[in-house]
Amino acid sequence: MAAVTLRRVSKRFPNGALAVRDVTLEIADGELLVLLGPSGSGKSTLLRLIAGLDVPTAGAVLIDGRDVTAVPPQHRDLAMVFQSYALYPHKTVRQNLEFSLRVRRVTGIAGRVQRAAELLGIAALLDRKPAELSGGQRQRVALGRAIVREPRAFLLDEPLSNLDPLLRVSTRTELALLHRRLGTTMVYVTHDQEEAMTLGTRIAVMRDGRVEQVDAPLDVFRRPANVFVAGFVGSPAMNVWEEGDGLSAGAGQGTVLGIRPHDIELTDSTAADGRGRIEVVEPLGAATLIHLRVDRRSSDLVRVVISADRAVAVGDVVGFRLRRDRVHQFDRETGRRRDG
Amino acid sequence: MIRRRGWLVVTTLLVAGLVLPIYWTLVSSFTPESRLFAAPSLVPHGLVFDHYRALFTQRDFWTPIRNSLIVASATTMVSVALGAACAYAIARLRFRGKSLLLAFVLAVSMFPQMAIVSPLYVVLRAMHLLNTYPGLVLPYLTFAMPLAIWLLVGFFRQLPADLEEAAMMDGAGRMRTLREVILPLALPGLATTAILTFLYRWNEFLFALSFTLGPERYTVPVAITLFRGQYQVPWGQVLAAAVIATIPVAAIVLVAQRRIIAGLTSGAVKG
Repeated sequence: MAAVTLRRVSKRFPNGALAVRDVTLEIADGELLVLLGPSGSGKSTLLRLIAGLDVPTAGAVLIDGRDVTAVPPQHRDLAMVFQSYALYPHKTVRQNLEFSLRVRRVTGIAGRVQRAAELLGIAALLDRKPAELSGGQRQRVALGRAIVREPRAFLLDEPLSNLDPLLRVSTRTELALLHRRLGTTMVYVTHDQEEAMTLGTRIAVMRDGRVEQVDAPLDVFRRPANVFVAGFVGSPAMNVWEEGDGLSAGAGQGTVLGIRPHDIELTDSTAADGRGRIEVVEPLGAATLIHLRVDRRSSDLVRVVISADRAVAVGDVVGFRLRRDRVHQFDRETGRRRDG
Repeated sequence: MIRRRGWLVVTTLLVAGLVLPIYWTLVSSFTPESRLFAAPSLVPHGLVFDHYRALFTQRDFWTPIRNSLIVASATTMVSVALGAACAYAIARLRFRGKSLLLAFVLAVSMFPQMAIVSPLYVVLRAMHLLNTYPGLVLPYLTFAMPLAIWLLVGFFRQLPADLEEAAMMDGAGRMRTLREVILPLALPGLATTAILTFLYRWNEFLFALSFTLGPERYTVPVAITLFRGQYQVPWGQVLAAAVIATIPVAAIVLVAQRRIIAGLTSGAVKG
């Protein structure tokens, strides 16, 4: 059990690239913090800094208040699940799970391995080699190797990205259950905003080595701190345009407006905020996503999510209305959220 | 079709060209001395074991075999063990002057052997190592180590770094990681390095000739060369000795090649 603190941490690689810029982050004991960002945003590097696999060029990493910046990974007592799983290919599943315990010379290894294996449903695979396992099974072994140690915290680097979509969703649920059951601090890296929303107790959205916003998932969704977060979190992505570009919400010049596709309604009344021609219809099953070409707008199509029951066709001209209470306003210069 | 047939012909000719001398050596080593020069024939008939018997009765061919085995094995073991440690450091650790070090290592192996025979002779004499096993193993190491280091650096670099990092996260230190994770995975590379080192030292002639003084320390190549008498060369025995000298080499390669080919890293990372 541990709280992890990053204090003004930066990481510059020898080639000059600045992967992490002045990040300060408090991860509470027992929390599941998700580092969310596009590829190259520095989220994996940040995880490696916590792990000790990389050393920050500035700042400090603290675990339970103790400065561990100079402590090598093997003495930090953290467990990591790698994106590639990084199972030892020459060892059986049992030996993979045992390794960290043998290194630490703990007692009762067999029992701990057995318990961890049963928890993850891999008890029957203990004598196989990684090459004989399916992707999902390997993923479980990688998780098992982490939890068998009962470490102070788990670091997970896109652990689900190599699974097929169905397995990914079910494993995601299991991870959430596992976290609740173990109550151990977890830091979870992903570029998948759905994963982040469903798993995290908090989400830290990253871009270009900076943390743009840290909040509970729904707060990130409802009150994105800036245009980038607004566009990155939520699916389908938020509509963003500049005030005056065809659609107005009554905010002054220099404002960027954002509204989620769910917060636009189709209407035939004269109270419509605008009209548009349907260019693309994407049935999602429970709902339908349509893309509208709006006359006076120069830029992108407007995305609107409508009920799947409503019959629409490409070429239809429809009126729509923005839900005023759901319009987000951002400063054009800084990109920051405007309202209180 | 024509193209494929053409390749078949080329391949057949190539293989025939490679195999013929070996075949000829083999057949001749079983042919009586009297017929060796009289009627060279590729079709074996009337084969005898005379030459082989002579090797171990008239001469003491066991001694050079033993010497060669000891010297080549010792060189192989030391150079692979030390070379693995050096190569791992070069492949994975960051330190100042790494490329310079690698270039230096390579430079050592570029010295023409002939150029350093005399100085080495003087050094070995001063150390009273002439005509001893260490007196051969040490000079061999100067050439075997660079080869081992270069080969192994390449092998280590190919291993996924994730595995070492996983071992570190599991609490293992550098040496433990090397022993339990890297070396088992680098086994094909180690085997290749060991085989190459062994082959070179098994066949080595110049140093062996220069630094041994008597038949009790001659290695196989030296012994075979010195078969020639004042008036004649016992070709039958030379060829028989050549066949014997080839056996361990062929055996090693046959046994080890499965090890080399087997993709040991499969299943480590997502495949």
